[in-house]
Amino acid sequence: MTALSPQFLPEHGAAVPRSVLLPDGTPRPGVVPSLDDDQVVAALELMLLSRAFDEKAFSLQRQGRFGTFSPVHGQEASVVGSAFAVEPGHDWIVPQYRELPALLRHGLPLESFMQTFMGDPRGGAIPPGVNLLPIQIGLAAQLPQAVGLAWGRRLRGDDAVVLVYVGDGASSEGDFHEACNLAGVLRAPVVFLLQNNGWAISTPRSRQSAAATLAARAPGYGFPGVLVDGNDLLAVHAVVAEAVTRARAGDGPTLVESLTYRVGAHNTADDPSRYVPGDALREWQERDPLSRVRGYLRARGSWDDEREIHAAERIRARIDAAVRVVESTPPPGAPALFDHVSAQLSDRQRRQRADLLAQPETT
Amino acid sequence: MTSMTMLEAINATLRDEMARDDRVLLLGQDVAQLGGVFRATEGLLERFGPDRVVDMPLAEAVIVGAAIGLAAAGLVPVAEMQFLGFSHQAFHQIGAQLARMRYRSQGRFPMPVVLRAPFGGGVRTPELHSEALEAQFVQSPGLQVVMPATAADAKGLLQTAIRQPDPVLFCEPLRGYRLVRDEVPDGDAPVPFGTARVAREGDDVTIIAWSAAVHVARRAADRLAEENISAAVLDLRTLVPLDEAGILDAVAATGRAVVVHEAPFTGGFGAEVVATISDGAFYSLEAPVARVCPPDTPYPAGKIEDYYLPSVERVVAAARATVKAP
Ligand SMILES: Cc1ncc(C[n+]2csc(CCOP(=O)(O)OP(=O)(O)O)c2C)c(N)n1
Repeated sequence: MTALSPQFLPEHGAAVPRSVLLPDGTPRPGVVPSLDDDQVVAALELMLLSRAFDEKAFSLQRQGRFGTFSPVHGQEASVVGSAFAVEPGHDWIVPQYRELPALLRHGLPLESFMQTFMGDPRGGAIPPGVNLLPIQIGLAAQLPQAVGLAWGRRLRGDDAVVLVYVGDGASSEGDFHEACNLAGVLRAPVVFLLQNNGWAISTPRSRQSAAATLAARAPGYGFPGVLVDGNDLLAVHAVVAEAVTRARAGDGPTLVESLTYRVGAHNTADDPSRYVPGDALREWQERDPLSRVRGYLRARGSWDDEREIHAAERIRARIDAAVRVVESTPPPGAPALFDHVSAQLSDRQRRQRADLLAQPETT
Repeated sequence: MTSMTMLEAINATLRDEMARDDRVLLLGQDVAQLGGVFRATEGLLERFGPDRVVDMPLAEAVIVGAAIGLAAAGLVPVAEMQFLGFSHQAFHQIGAQLARMRYRSQGRFPMPVVLRAPFGGGVRTPELHSEALEAQFVQSPGLQVVMPATAADAKGLLQTAIRQPDPVLFCEPLRGYRLVRDEVPDGDAPVPFGTARVAREGDDVTIIAWSAAVHVARRAADRLAEENISAAVLDLRTLVPLDEAGILDAVAATGRAVVVHEAPFTGGFGAEVVATISDGAFYSLEAPVARVCPPDTPYPAGKIEDYYLPSVERVVAAARATVKAP
C-alpha cells in the first residue's frame, strides 16, 4: 500500500468553469460554437419566453389567478443550453420544478404547465411521445427515478439519454448520493445537471456542502464532474452535449455543475431581500444570460432591435393565448379526485365517489 | 392572558423555552437567517446565536438523525420539518430510530427531541405540502403525536413537548398559523399530553376532531344548534398518547359520535377512534359512529381541494344523520 495521496483536495475543485462567451457576448478566441445561428436564435427566443412568462406568472399570482410559482429568472442559459443538447421525442428530461423552458422545448404544452400551477390536476397530463417525467416537488426524488429510466431505456435497447435537473439545495438529499452511486455502478446513460443558483430558499450554497465545488463530488462516484458557467448558453450547451455523447456511447454518467444565480425570488411567496446580499445580486444581474446571447448574435448580424420586438410580440401573444385557453377551461369537478388514481377503483373508492357526488355542495 | 395567533404562540414559546433551558436548540431548513418559511422561528437567531438556531443542509434525514445524536449528547433539539410531507425523506430516522432509541438502549438514551412540522390543507399549496400524515406516525411506538388546534394549546403542548423526555412529532396546521387567534396564558402553562379538551359542550352528539378540523367541527356545531341539535366538540390534542377515558366519557354522554379528520379514510386515525369507542362505549351507542374524512385518493390540486377536505356541510350532514338514526 502506498501512502494515501489525496487527489481531490478542496482546492482542486475550485477549477475555472468552462465558458465560451465573455459577458458581453464575445466568443473566447479559438472556441467553435456548438450551435449554429438559427439554433442560437431559437434558444434566445425560448429564453425570452421564459423571462416573459416569469413576469406574467408573478402578476397573475398577485391577482389570485396563479399559484405559488418559482421563476427561472437568471437561469435561462443553464436550462435552455442543456435542453438544447438532448433530442425531444428520443431523449428524456426529468425536471425538478424550475425548468419551464426545457419542458417546452421537449414538447410540454405551456397550457399544461399553467394548469398545474393553477391547481388543476389535468395539467399533469404529459402527451404521448413527450419524454418527460412530472415536475418534482419532493426534492431529489427525481434522481433515482432518472437513473432507473436511463437504465430501463438501455435494457429496452434504445440509446436514449436522460437529462435530470437538480438544485444545489436538493443535492444535499440522500437521494442525490444514492442516485449518483447507482448511476456510476451501472454506467447509466444519464446527465445530472446540477443548477447551482447560490440559494435553496434562504440557505446559501456554502451551507449545503463544504466542498469547493459540487462537481468535485463526481469522481467519488466514479464519473466525471464538470463545472460550467451557467449564464453562458453556448458553454452549457457544449458541456452537456459532450456529456450526452459520452452517455450515448456507453461511457456512463456525468455530473455538470452549472454555476448560475437565482436573480429573483425563490417563489411568489418569498422575500429574498431578507437574506440575499445586494452586492452579489447586482454582480449577477450584470451577468444576465440573455444579454450575453443577444450580444453574440448581434455581432454576427443575426439579431437586432426589430427581431427583438417581433419576438416579444410573438411571445406575448403565445402567453396571452395560453392564459385565455386555461382560464376558459371549465374547472375540474369532484370526480377528478378519483381520476387516474389507479387502473381500477376499488369498491370502497367507488362508494366514496358516489357518497361525495351525492353531497349538495359537489353538484 | 394575551391574544395571539398560533404562529405567535409557537414563536414566543420557542423563545421562552430557549431562554429557560440553554440545552434547547433549533435546527432545520431556513429556520435561522430567514426565521422559517412561515416565520415561526423569526428573531431567534438574533437572540440566541448561530450555535442554537441552525440552518441545516437540505436533507430531512440528516436533520432528524443529527437530532438523535444531539440528544444522545445531552441537548434538547427542536427540529423543524419544513413541511410534514417531507418527513418521508426522514422516515427511517423517525420511525425506526428516534422512536425506538430509549428502548434499544434500554433507557440509556432517552430522546427529548421535538419535530415540529406544518401540515394540512385549505391553503392551495403546491403538491406534497398539505398531506395529513399523522396516522403514518402513530404506528411508531415511542413517538408521541401532538396536534394542537388553538394558540393556547400550541403553547401549552409545545412547553410540555420540550420539557418531557421522549420524542414528539408536533404537527402545526398551516391553515391556522395566522387565522387561529385566541387567548394564550402568560408564563408557564404546560398542557399534559393525553388530555382531550372539550371545545364545546353538547348533549345530542359528540364530534371528535384534532388540529384544524376542530374549527370545522365547531362551525358545524354552531350550524347544528340552529337546527336544535346540541353537538359537543372534543379536541383530542394528542393522538399518542390517546385520552381513551376522555373519548369514552364524551361519547357515553351523548350516545352518538362523528369523527372528523383531513387524512384519507382507510387507516386514518378516525378508524382508531371508532375502534376505541367500539371497545369501550359500545353499549352506550345509539347509532353507528360516523366518519367525515377525505376519500382514499391522493391529496389533490388546489382547484378540487375543497371537495376533498371535510367541510362544515358534510360534518353537519353526518351529525344530523347520526342524531336521526333510530
Ligand atoms: C424533500 C423536500 N424538502 C423540502 C422542500 C421544501 N423546499 C422547496 S424548494 C426548496 C429549496 C430548493 O433549493 P434548490 O434545490 O437549490 O433549488 P432552487 O429552488 O434553488 O431551484 C425547499 C427547501 C421540498 N420541496 N422537498
